[in-house]
This record gives sequence, C-alpha cells and structure tokens, in this order.
Amino acid sequence: MKLIRVRAIAKKELIQVFRDPLSLAMAFLMPVILLLIFGYAITMDVNNLRTVVYDLDKSSLSRELVAQFRESGYFTIVTILDRPSDVDAALDANRGQVALWIPADFSENLRRGKIAPLQVVVDGSDSNTATIALGYVEGVTERFGQRVTGGIARAPIDARVRVWYNPELKSRNYIIPGLIAVIMAVIAALLTSLTIAREWERGTMEQLIATPVKTTELIAGKLLPYFFIGFIDVAVSVAMTVFIFDVPLRGSLLLLAFLTSLFLFGGLSLGILISVVAKSQLVASQIAMVVSFLPAFLLSGFMYAISNMPLPLQNMTRIIPARYFVAILKGIFLKGSTLRQLATETILLTLFGIVTFALSVRKFKKRIV
Amino acid sequence: MNSVETAVEFTGLTRVFGDFTAVDQISLTVGKGEIFGFLGPNGAGKSTTIKMLCGLLTPSAGSGKVGGFNIMTEAEEIKKNIGYMSQKFSLYDDLTVEENINFFSGIYRVPREKKRERKEWVLEMAGIADRRGALTKTLSGGFKQRLALGCAILHEPPIIFLDEPTSGVDPISRRNFWRLIYAMSREGKTIFVTTHYMDEAEYCDRLALIYRGKIIAEGTPTTLKQEYMERDVLEIEVEQVVDALEVLEQSGIETAIFGSVLHATVTDAGQESQRIRESLVKAGLKVVRIEKIVPSLEDVFVTLIEVS
Repeated sequence: MKLIRVRAIAKKELIQVFRDPLSLAMAFLMPVILLLIFGYAITMDVNNLRTVVYDLDKSSLSRELVAQFRESGYFTIVTILDRPSDVDAALDANRGQVALWIPADFSENLRRGKIAPLQVVVDGSDSNTATIALGYVEGVTERFGQRVTGGIARAPIDARVRVWYNPELKSRNYIIPGLIAVIMAVIAALLTSLTIAREWERGTMEQLIATPVKTTELIAGKLLPYFFIGFIDVAVSVAMTVFIFDVPLRGSLLLLAFLTSLFLFGGLSLGILISVVAKSQLVASQIAMVVSFLPAFLLSGFMYAISNMPLPLQNMTRIIPARYFVAILKGIFLKGSTLRQLATETILLTLFGIVTFALSVRKFKKRIV
Repeated sequence: MNSVETAVEFTGLTRVFGDFTAVDQISLTVGKGEIFGFLGPNGAGKSTTIKMLCGLLTPSAGSGKVGGFNIMTEAEEIKKNIGYMSQKFSLYDDLTVEENINFFSGIYRVPREKKRERKEWVLEMAGIADRRGALTKTLSGGFKQRLALGCAILHEPPIIFLDEPTSGVDPISRRNFWRLIYAMSREGKTIFVTTHYMDEAEYCDRLALIYRGKIIAEGTPTTLKQEYMERDVLEIEVEQVVDALEVLEQSGIETAIFGSVLHATVTDAGQESQRIRESLVKAGLKVVRIEKIVPSLEDVFVTLIEVS
C-alpha cells in the first residue's frame, strides 16, 4: 500500500464532498437533524396524562386528592365529570387516558380509618403508557394516604429504592446515547455507499482501474475522508447530547473517541462493500438504508432490550455492530465504563471492521464486467 | 520482429459476451515506436480489444504481451507501463483542471521533484495553462480530451492506448491532437489508437481493420491501398451529382458520393471510363472530368467490408 495514492484518493474524495451541496448536507446536516427529531420525538417518559375525574364524594378530602394528582406533574385534569356514563365516553373518545372515580363514601371511610376504595380506570390500548401511569397512580395515592393518616398506614417493609446511573429514570438519558449509534450507523453506511457506485456510473472508474492503483489503496483512500466526517459528526452529536439534552457524560472522552473510530471503520466499510456490490448509486443507497437502519433501530438494544427478545433474534443482534456501539455509548455516558469493561464490544467491533474491509477489498474487481 | 522491438503482440485474442463474440481470435504485432491504427465501424470490437490489452477486461481466450507483460496474468504490471484514454471522457468533472492533474499524478506516483514539471507540461500541451483553476466540466471538448490524454500519460508510459480519442471533437482540435500523437511517437512511444475516421487512418504507420470481431486487413496505408484494391476507382466530376449517381447505379456500376464528386469502382478503368462518359452525356448530364485515382483508405475499406 502506497500512502501517496491513498492520500491522492482521499483528497479528491474530500474535494468532491465539499463541492456537492447534497453530499455536504448528508455529511453534516443530516446527523444533527436526525438527532434533534428523534431525540425529542422518542421519549418513554409519561407526562401530562389526560385525566378525567368523577367525584361522587365532593368533599375537601376528595378535592385534595385530585389536587395531589395534579401537582405530581404526571396528570393533567382535563374535566370533572357529572355522570358515570361520561367516564366511558371520555375514555372512548380519547379525551382522557386516566379516569379517577371517587366513591361517595371516600372521605367517610378515610376518616374512620377504614380502607377507602378508589377506582382508577386506565386506557390500556397503549400498554406501555398504562403500566407507567399505574405506577404513578400508586405513588400518588400512597403518599396521599400517608399524609391523611399522619403516617400511620406504613408498609411493614420500608424499601428505600435507589436507582443508579440514571436516578431520575429519565428515558432520554438512555435513549439519546444509543440514538447516536443508530444515526451514525445509517450515516456511515450511506456516506460511503455512493462512492464506488458513483465512479462506475460516471465512467471515471474506467480510467481509475486502468492505473496501477491497488484495491486496498482505493478503498482506504475512499474511507479516510468519510472517517473524519463521521468523527466530526459523532463529536457534534456527543456535544448536543450533553449540552442540549442534558445527558451526563461520566466516562472518558478519549475512550469514546477511540471506540467511535472502531465503529466508524466498520460502518464505513459496510457502505463501501455495498457500493462495490451494487455498482449503482440508487440501489446502493437503498441497500445501505435498509441494511444499516433497520437492524440498528430494532436490534441494537437502543430502545428495545435485547434480553427481552426471542432467542433467535437475540443471536441475530450479535452480528450488528450498532449493538456494541449502543452498549459502549450507554456505558461511557451513564456508567463511566472503562475499556476493560467494554472489552468484548471493542474486540467485536474491531473484528467487524476488519472483516467488512477485507470483504470489500476482495469483492472489488479492477475489471469491467 | 523480435521481442525487443515489439511493444504489443497477441494471438488468438477472443472475448465472448454471452453468446455474442465481440472479438474473434485476432492476432497482431505492434512494433515499438509505431503509431498503430485500429480501424473499424462502431461495434466491430475495437474498444473490447483495447480494454483487453489494458487489463480492464479479461480475454475469453488467447495470449499476448503488452510491454513484455502477459495480458492474462500480469494486468497490474501492464497498467504501470501504459497510458489509457477511454472513449468516454473519464476525468472528474467536479474537480478543477489542476486537481485532476494532481490526482492522477498521485495515483501514478510521479516523484515529488518531477510533479511540478509534469503538471506544467500537461497544462502547456493541452493549452489550458490559464484555466488551471477552472472546473473541468467548463472546458470544451478539445481541451477536455487533451487534458485526459495528459492525465493518462503523466507517468510517461512507453505504450499509449487511445480509444477513439477524437470522437466528438472539432476538426481543428483533431488536427492538433494528431500533432501531439506524432510528437509522442517521435519520442519513441508506441501508440495504439482506434478510430473510425478514415482521414486519421492515413496518419498511422500501420493499420488493422477489424470488422465483426475479426481482422480483415492489415498493413501500412500504402500497401493496403495497393494490395487490397484489385479494382480501379474512377473519380467523376459532374454538375448534377445525384442524377449521375442514379444513372450509374441503373447501369450496374458500383458508385458512391464522395463530397462533391462520385467514385465508381470498376474492373478496368480504361474501358469503363468511356462507357460511363457516354451514358452520362446520353442522360443529358454535363461531365466535367473522369479520371482514375489512387483509391483512398475509405475506398479500400468499403470494398473490404463489402467482400466480407
């Protein structure tokens, strides 16, 4: 491998990217936009649950309970209903996600120290939201009970639960670092998927393969500029994650940079491999989109825990580099993981990069047809 | 011709695409320093042959050497010793003139101390020294083609393959381009050039005519005219060319329009010229002159292709 040739190709490629507004936008704008859109759109936190109240008790205590729900921040009281049939109607029409049904003897029971039943109806059609809502309902009612009874009603075991790494259980904290991996998997594959195909399409490849350039030089030269672009993208994404999305970065930036370069090497090589096989820009970009986005989104564990997947799917995730980068990003961001703790991911990412690079070198033919 | 004097040689070279034989067992030898013209109509197999010789296409059968390297096994060695200019313009349109030159000079690993000199040489040769910063797509055809040639020979290869280098280029640029080819040939470089322009064929030291994948004639322009043209050609100058063509074709004489005159191919010029004059006059046409001429290459090739 001659460095002078690698450099010539890298330089040429870089000039071409910077001269083409579309490539430029894809290289620098797309990751930022994707991160903003997905970052704000994907959230598992449940806030402002639309809540309707049917209060038969109409006492100061029942009003206090409703106020407690409102003040928790998780519930927005939409309407106070007058008839029991309104509860059904409100949930059917999706005006309310949660209905509080306070029986007439609610305050009476509480005052006598008896168990005071309270009916809560939750819209279970979105089961995830429903489960979280139920948890909030329990929290609010328990605190209300303790306050009203002056702390008499206390559970025999007082579990003081502490959540580590993400104490506020903000879903953003674990989604955004993983999101960087998903976005970069797509961007990396898309960026390079066009490079070889474009030269075949424009006819410039014919001139290039008539020169003594070696395949490794050609592919390394084509990877290099996109490697730097990808690196800048990750740097910008990490900065956005910390400063815009307020996700704590607890681990080493240097380690993150090192592992990012391993991931980019594999992701960019995958794009090149696709470009080599497809030979047409349109086909290549479509393959790159499907091959990078779907597995990275669904099987990387960025949102859907791998341990909850059926076993065959779990095994499939092993060949998806985004999976390891998701683990790396979450680890470094939230846990401050060290290289030793991320050794498995590091080794597998390296392996993936080497294999895809070698495959694209092998598949590329310095011949027409 | 021994191997020291041979630049390109091949025998039985064949390329099959599916059930179509593009190049069918052709053999040739090109001497060092020669300008070798490879002629033929479109689709005859010219480009396929040149691509096989440059290591861009694997031959289906045959053997050969380019610059002493085996075309079947040493394609990459060949690429170091040749310059190849493809039929289609294949430099980077979105790079400037200078960036294209720099790129290929990196690819060919032109030594640092020679880089500048070679770049200036290309700019000078192509006549675009003042446009070095312009995007290549803004150049006109003739300049583009000379720049492409320059980039292909930055490493000063001893053998140069040019595939239809002048197609789509204006006549003046074509003439300038051939001047360049001559200059390179004088420096001892071997030039293998394909074309379908007959006037360009006259500039070559030696020629081969390929038709439907087979070489049907080979030799210097002069020997081709003498050997392959068994019949005579009469040039007929007449005022009403189209009418005259009709008259002659009706009387069964092979005739074609060449610019403002007619060429009739006949077995015996002496006998036939009188008969032609009579029939034209009888038809009321004014004959300016009829004379026997040395056939042009075009006459030769039209005849050869008709025979095969």
